[in-house]
Amino acid sequence: MSKVQTGLRYSEEHEWLDTAAAPAKVGVSQVAADALGDVVYLDLPEVGSEVTAGATCGEIESTKSVSDLYSPVTGTIVEVNQDAIDNPALVNEDPYGAGWLFAVEVSEEGPLLSAEEYASKNGGEL
Amino acid sequence: MTETTTAPTAAEKHTALHEEHAALGASFTDFGGWQMPLKYGSELAEHRAVREAAGLFDLSHMGEIWATGPDAGALLDYALVGKLSAIPVGKAKYSLICATDGGIIDDLIVYRVSEDDFLVVPNAGNAPTVAAELEARLAAFEAARGAAAVTLRDASAETSLVAVQGPNAEAIVLAVVHPDDAAAVVGLKYYAAVELEAAGIPVLLARTGYTGEDGFELFVPNGRAAELWKALAAAGEGHGLIPCGLASRDSLRLEAGMPLYGNELSRERTPFAAGLGGVVALKSKEGDFVGRAALQAAKDDGEGATSGQRLVGLRGLGRRAARSHYPVLKDGVKVGEVTSGQPSPTLGYPVALAYIDVEHSAPGTRLDADLRGKAEPFEVVALPFYQRQK
Repeated sequence: MSKVQTGLRYSEEHEWLDTAAAPAKVGVSQVAADALGDVVYLDLPEVGSEVTAGATCGEIESTKSVSDLYSPVTGTIVEVNQDAIDNPALVNEDPYGAGWLFAVEVSEEGPLLSAEEYASKNGGEL
Repeated sequence: MTETTTAPTAAEKHTALHEEHAALGASFTDFGGWQMPLKYGSELAEHRAVREAAGLFDLSHMGEIWATGPDAGALLDYALVGKLSAIPVGKAKYSLICATDGGIIDDLIVYRVSEDDFLVVPNAGNAPTVAAELEARLAAFEAARGAAAVTLRDASAETSLVAVQGPNAEAIVLAVVHPDDAAAVVGLKYYAAVELEAAGIPVLLARTGYTGEDGFELFVPNGRAAELWKALAAAGEGHGLIPCGLASRDSLRLEAGMPLYGNELSRERTPFAAGLGGVVALKSKEGDFVGRAALQAAKDDGEGATSGQRLVGLRGLGRRAARSHYPVLKDGVKVGEVTSGQPSPTLGYPVALAYIDVEHSAPGTRLDADLRGKAEPFEVVALPFYQRQK
């Protein structure tokens, strides 16, 4: 069963938000990574661009499909994970660690679930 | 993030190997009314295993329809577009079943197992349609020529099909056959089949596949399918064999430029548009066959050559893959549509199959795929994208 990392909060669209990091980091859950299949391409927002909670801010392409990436927060992108862009397999291998996607200066959070809520809703394992 | 593909639903049919797949941790997908393994781990790793070592597939969703009797070859000549009566015993032929308007109902492989025994293998989702069409065509055949000495038997529900594909496939099959049969396995040519025992189980062993690699397909009664699967998995240890799901099967066949029914092949396309005109025996068959008049007209019109659209290969010049149903543009004007596409794991660039207006279908033509509003550069290339070194 896909792991749901505790200590993070999650959006309905399967992004995680880590506000213990400064600036806050965003990635996708392992539930999502497993459902996507092997990720082969990431289209991430540019540094300095504004993202809006609940709005699309990029795309994740796997061997079988293209999925929209939604921002869980409103704010300004301060960094993108170049390692994940260069090696998208990191999203599958370590979605809560080396496979993080972008860091953002948060001005407002969208609706978020606790790890427990997200896991019970999506069949993940804490 | 949202999934743009449909979530797996509870398909009604399970193969005889379902519990094996579940025990291996497979994720399942609904395909042709069957719940089939999509992948067991990483689909890219499964793809690479088939290219570099070997993969084990459950293809039990495919249909198996027997045509038996002295007139079986003549019936198939009438029902399908090829000249199946000319298949030598022990050999197989790729063929198509078309509607009277020339549209493709299914693509299939026909094995001649003995003088009077032909095994027709249609796709999973089309198997009931093909079985019904063959019955209807038998009735029409008899109406035209009188009673025919042929019986049809749909054995799909009781037959499993397991494939071993990849450069190590032969070594793995050799490990499960009797030493006396080793020469028959080694000498088995592509598109040939032989009845023998594998792991002590009577099977029809065919050197066929859908991956672009050397490999075998083994037809086995349901009751012994799990035993055969386990024996092949055990024999594959040390040969790099891993179980492979439909995700890697799709990426493997796409690299090999092989069409998939429902994507490249449909009732809306004729064999000529699909680049399969060579399968249609307009010259070598003297009698009538279903679809003959329409297929002759399509050929005379130059369909797929000088008129209409043809199926071509597209190579992505950027990193983004074009997917099924994405429009293909020439200077901003739509000239075709993608039928299958994804990043090629072996080649490292996106590949796609697409129907393109013939005037823009020559290899080297620069086109764009409309990737959800963004134009991504592609080039028409000759098929297949990938060919194994023999």
